[in-house]
Amino acid sequence: MAANTQTQAIKESSMLKQKEMIAANYDALTSTAESGRKVASTFVPGNLNELIMCFDMLNNLPEINAINNGMRKKSGAMIMDAEKRGHSEDVCTYVKADLGMMSKGNVAPNGKPMPAPDLLMLSYTGCFTFMKWFELLRHEYGCETVMLQVPYEGDGQITRNMRDYVVKQLKDVVIPAFERVSGVKFDIDRLREYLKQSAAAEDDLVWVLESAKHVRSPIDAYFGGVYYIGPIFTAFRGTQDAVDYYRILRGEIEQRIAAGQGPITPEGDMPEEKFRLVVEGPPNWTSFRDFWKMFYEEGAVVVASTYTKVGGVYDQGFRHDPEHPLESLADYCLGCYTNRNLPQRVDLLSQYVDEYKADGVLINSIKSCNSFSAGQLLMMREIENRSGKPAAFIETDLVDPRYFSAANVKNRLESYFQMIEQRRKSPAAA
Amino acid sequence: MATADIIHRCEELYEDLDFTAVRNWKDAEPGRKVIGYMPVYVPRELIHAAGMLPLGVLGGGDQLEVIHGDAYYQSYICRIPRSTVELAITKRLDFVDGMLFPSICDVIRNLSGMWKLMNPDVYVRYFDVPQNYSDEIGGEYYRNELEELKSGLENLAGTTISDDALRASIDVYNQNRDLVNDVYRLRAETPWKAPSAEVYLLMRAGMVLTVEEHSAMLRDYLDATLQEDRPQRDNCRVVVNGSFCEQPPLNLIKSIEMAGCYIVDDDYMLVTRWLQEPVPTDGDPLLNLARAFLHHSADTAARYCSCDAEVGQFLLDSVTRTGAEGVIFAAPSFCDPALLERPMLVDRMAEHDIPSISFKYAENSGQMQPIREQAGTFADSIKLWS
Repeated sequence: MAANTQTQAIKESSMLKQKEMIAANYDALTSTAESGRKVASTFVPGNLNELIMCFDMLNNLPEINAINNGMRKKSGAMIMDAEKRGHSEDVCTYVKADLGMMSKGNVAPNGKPMPAPDLLMLSYTGCFTFMKWFELLRHEYGCETVMLQVPYEGDGQITRNMRDYVVKQLKDVVIPAFERVSGVKFDIDRLREYLKQSAAAEDDLVWVLESAKHVRSPIDAYFGGVYYIGPIFTAFRGTQDAVDYYRILRGEIEQRIAAGQGPITPEGDMPEEKFRLVVEGPPNWTSFRDFWKMFYEEGAVVVASTYTKVGGVYDQGFRHDPEHPLESLADYCLGCYTNRNLPQRVDLLSQYVDEYKADGVLINSIKSCNSFSAGQLLMMREIENRSGKPAAFIETDLVDPRYFSAANVKNRLESYFQMIEQRRKSPAAA
Repeated sequence: MATADIIHRCEELYEDLDFTAVRNWKDAEPGRKVIGYMPVYVPRELIHAAGMLPLGVLGGGDQLEVIHGDAYYQSYICRIPRSTVELAITKRLDFVDGMLFPSICDVIRNLSGMWKLMNPDVYVRYFDVPQNYSDEIGGEYYRNELEELKSGLENLAGTTISDDALRASIDVYNQNRDLVNDVYRLRAETPWKAPSAEVYLLMRAGMVLTVEEHSAMLRDYLDATLQEDRPQRDNCRVVVNGSFCEQPPLNLIKSIEMAGCYIVDDDYMLVTRWLQEPVPTDGDPLLNLARAFLHHSADTAARYCSCDAEVGQFLLDSVTRTGAEGVIFAAPSFCDPALLERPMLVDRMAEHDIPSISFKYAENSGQMQPIREQAGTFADSIKLWS
């Protein structure tokens, strides 16, 4: 009989703080019948949390629910349930996990049923699937849907026309819809206050992410990074809680740097940093800890990742700006990672390899996510050519356990680490 | 000219993966330029007004062996981008001066960036269209986007596109759309006179010919059908939906008809009839194109439907207008738009007691027997029990 080797994760103050925040948000979401608060469902990229808060509404993110269900090993059954009801095996598993969750009672992690949304805030940013996902939810819930179209940066820049279009939609479509559903009048000064808090939290988040430039990195910017981005990507950007969280986190990382420590893993401090990697693409959630273990057991630290930019690319200078609130929300949406064209993504990844002194780039290609995945093989070759560093490619899925083959992924990773070592020993590297 | 002669010419164009007709057009006069575009819609009027030839790029079909293209895409991505990359790598598109990648899905969107990386000297534009259909919001954005596209094409052509030239091009395309609609109407009314494989080839010819030549071809075909008598079969009438991007192999279309289904409407190459009303030829031509897009577009899964009651209405109207007895949802494997939308469309058809079946294909699907059996059973069920 196989021994249960699952190890209890070490919890730092920031982790406990985030856990409390998430629990409180789920409690608020599942008690709307008593509180009377209204709920907006929306997406991580292009998440307008500050705006949602201006209307005293709660923010529910179906992607995060799918991730939660993936990490708790519940998404597989939900996906198959959706497929039995006619949803294609070819399409995004976040969508099917969400629809499957509905059919299984829409139960939140606290065991209570999620409320039906009062408004579907379709922020159409960097992902085509979002549009059909919310059409499907609207078909199920029959609730109001408001669409914010965020034009794609096809030419690698935000034009005035794009920004004006987003701002105009915010003013004339999105805000009136929120006012109508919530019964609360929009107050731009309230928005400015939230945006000030956003910018403060964003400063600390960037500091944390850039701490990985230290050789030896005090953080893992992918497996650890997904926790660090949690508050700012979800229902907490613009809150004092988020500011406090990032201040605590920053203090912890400062201590780790001072103590010469590496990243925390589920099994404690990582003893050695043998490989420094940049990772492109989302992680697999159904086997998240096993996946992470394949890295830390080999001494591989992810020093920069693009997934941690999917809900905002803050390390390239963007901050929410209370002086230009709506324009700033527009720029935020327009600048999200998957709303950038492929040459921009290649530039960013190449920049990371250089600035973070990485040994190479690993692409985790996700079956469900064409927004990320289509074009990644070409990106890989481009980055290899530019950086001269080896790249590798693995394939998994977001929340469909059928598409995570541990043995295959592990084999590929081990081969990749060997390749990096061989390159280091080659005369050209000397 | 007999229909057989016209269709023979169409077949030659369809099978020519070197695009000889387009190369010949380009070589006929110095300075001519060709702009490729992918599904589902671009305003070809602007390209025409710049004196350039719009070329519909619809992948490699079932005759192209994809060798290099597979190295660019994972197994779970549809086939049209990989065969399009194959066309580029094998120099079959080396005469193309610019490429437009319309807003249809993330794969085609990302292909625009790949094209930029692979062809740094070619004019490449991701052509975004509004999903907000108000004149003041989506309309203004789209008009400005059209202005940017116009400017890009002018730079490439080394000329300016005057309003009069654009109005003239709008007029030419209005005529072409009228003729396309005439062919579709003919098929819906008398499907035995215009078999779907022929209609398909006629529309495919419009992807590579000048619009004037294509219009002449459509006129010839319409005239020829009046002169010919073809036997009517006891087929049921179906609408095919979901094939608006990656195209089915011609054999699939033939198989559906051979199995007992007359296709009386479809969404193949919607660019030929995307705008459902004539575009006005007076006033501001860019504004007219923008308004036509906002208010008179065809519907596909690539568009946002602003209220649930309208989802599937376009398809429902098509079924009603053509007197169809059922719908065949035929979508390419891994086509996000079509496959995500399909459950909603199936529900909408069921609400109106319209029978439907679903299957997937790839542009290089070779085994037609399962399709024929499925379509045949569907036809039988309609005939026997509907």
